[in-house]
Parts: sequence; structure tokens; C-alpha cells
Amino acid sequence: MRRLLAPVPIAVLGVVLGLVALLAYGLASNEPDRGLEEALQRGEREQAPGLELPRLAGGGVGSLDDYRGKVVVLNFWASWCEPCREESPLLQRWHDRNRKRGALVLGVDALDEIGHARDFVEEYGLTYPMLRDGDGSTRESYGILGFPETFAIDRQGRIAAMARGPVDGKFLRERVAPLLREQA
Amino acid sequence: VIRAAALAAAAMLALLAPPALAQDCPRTTLGDIEDEVMCPICGTPLGLANEAPQAQQQSAFIERLIADCRSKDEIKRALVAQYGEGVLALPGDESGEDDLGDVLVYAIPALAILLGLAGIGFAALRWRSGRTRRGRPAAAGADESRLDADLERYDL
Repeated sequence: MRRLLAPVPIAVLGVVLGLVALLAYGLASNEPDRGLEEALQRGEREQAPGLELPRLAGGGVGSLDDYRGKVVVLNFWASWCEPCREESPLLQRWHDRNRKRGALVLGVDALDEIGHARDFVEEYGLTYPMLRDGDGSTRESYGILGFPETFAIDRQGRIAAMARGPVDGKFLRERVAPLLREQA
Repeated sequence: VIRAAALAAAAMLALLAPPALAQDCPRTTLGDIEDEVMCPICGTPLGLANEAPQAQQQSAFIERLIADCRSKDEIKRALVAQYGEGVLALPGDESGEDDLGDVLVYAIPALAILLGLAGIGFAALRWRSGRTRRGRPAAAGADESRLDADLERYDL
């Protein structure tokens, strides 16, 4: 017992435990935040995290608050992401059809080379507003695991649905279209 | 004849010019850079993430800049402009932010190595001193039995 209480083993044990705690903290802090997803599973709508980013083209800054009162299909994408190519024409069509009903698609190009992102927009003829998140800093607040990911935001700025991976017609019809009938 | 000679000289110069320019080009390679930058979506250094589409885009971007004769620092700055500070893998690289984090990243492994060495030293010392202590009675026992044998031999 006396040997166990000797100062040197205690100090070594303390430092080892400290290092283990630091490692555990590092691993835990790298875990993506799944709060929004869990709220949706409970049937709750959480306020969408604030988003203020430079516009992909034309200069200036755009914000999610600019579209308060509208249904926003917030789509995170990148030009290197193959499934993003698959969903872009569908998102553009949905944007065109629902613009007059107080809805829009808002694209966020993340972790991407700006020239490639602009080429992508041109290639698919995307006219909906585009923001640029070069360093991917919004990934944390939205708990994004990969690209593409899409969030349907109601007229009160709350997240009402989300899709990991490319969206399809079913998601837009069943999860987003009902939001259009809701009042602000 | 003079005109032909001048043209030939100009042609020679034109042939020699590219190697001369190439010598001015900083000797940067993709391998040199990819260990020092991250693939942000993969969360690993670029060199370990060759299969990821974002990593491939980054590698192509770096190769274009290498072909454009950019130095390693210029390429890193260009990567930061595209992908933000998180693209840098080495702590303390470029940005002056998060100084404490930068120090800790180097200090913690060094501390762990020092502690490991101290632990090994401490264990070795304990082992040696324990062995010496155990060795003493054994040696005394051997002397004792030799003495007994001697006494028996010379017992008159």
C-alpha cells in the first residue's frame, strides 16, 4: 500500500489519466452534432442555425434570414460530389415551379474550388441563390456528415425535414410540399 | 549569311530558354505538399486520402499550381484561400490563431514520450535494486554452505 502511494507512481498515473481524458475529449469533440436529426425523429422542429456566407457569384453576403417567411430547401453541395450532379436538375425544376408560392432552393457550395463550383452552376443552369462555404464551417452547426445534404426549412425558420444524400421527387412531394400550405 | 546566323542564334536561344525557366521554377512536388495539408472532408492528410473525390480535386489543384511554377508556400496560401485554414495539417502553419492549441499539439506527444522514458527508467532502477537485494541473501547462503563444508572437511 505504501508503495502504491509513493509520489512518483501517483504522478505518472495522474498524467496518464490526463492524457487519456484529453484523447477522449478529442474524439468526442470530433463527433458530428446530431441534435437536429434527433429533434426531427422526436417530431420536433428546431430553429435552423444561422447562416451568413459570401455569395458564390456576384459578391456580397447572403443569409438564411433574407428568406424568412419562405419555405427554403437548403441544399449543401460541392462540385466534386457525384450525387450532387444527380439532384441538381431536380432542385432547379422544383425552384422554378414553387418560386411564386413563396418557396426557393438555397444552395451552399462547401469545401470546393470556387472555379469548379461556378462551372458546375453554369453547366446545370442553376439560377437559385448560391452561397459559398469554402472552409465548410457550417457543417458543424448543421451536423453534416457528407454531401449532398438537404434541409427543408419552414416559413418560421425551423427545420422540418432533412435528407442525407441526394433528394428525390418523393422527398420534395412528401416532406417539403406540405410546408407550402403552412402559414408564416 | 548574317541574317541566317542571327535566325539560327535566335532559334538556339528559344530552345535553351525553357530549361533556363525551369531552373527558376521552385522544385515543389505533390508528395512534398500532400503530407502538410488536409483533405477537410476526409479528416486525414491529403496523402492518405487519394481515393476521395475532394482529395482528387485538391491534388489536381495543387498539380496545376506546381505546373504554374508556384512555391510550396504560395500553394498553401492558395489552398487556404479555397478551403480555409482547416486545410493546413501542420499546427502553427500560416495562421497565428489558436496558439495554445498549436503548442499543445507538440507539447503533449513530447510529454508522453518523456513520461514513457521516465517510467522505463524508473522500472529499470526498481528492478535492479530488487535484484541486488535478492542477490545478497543468496550470496550469503552460498558462503555459509561453503563454510559448513570446509568445517566438515577439517573437522578433527
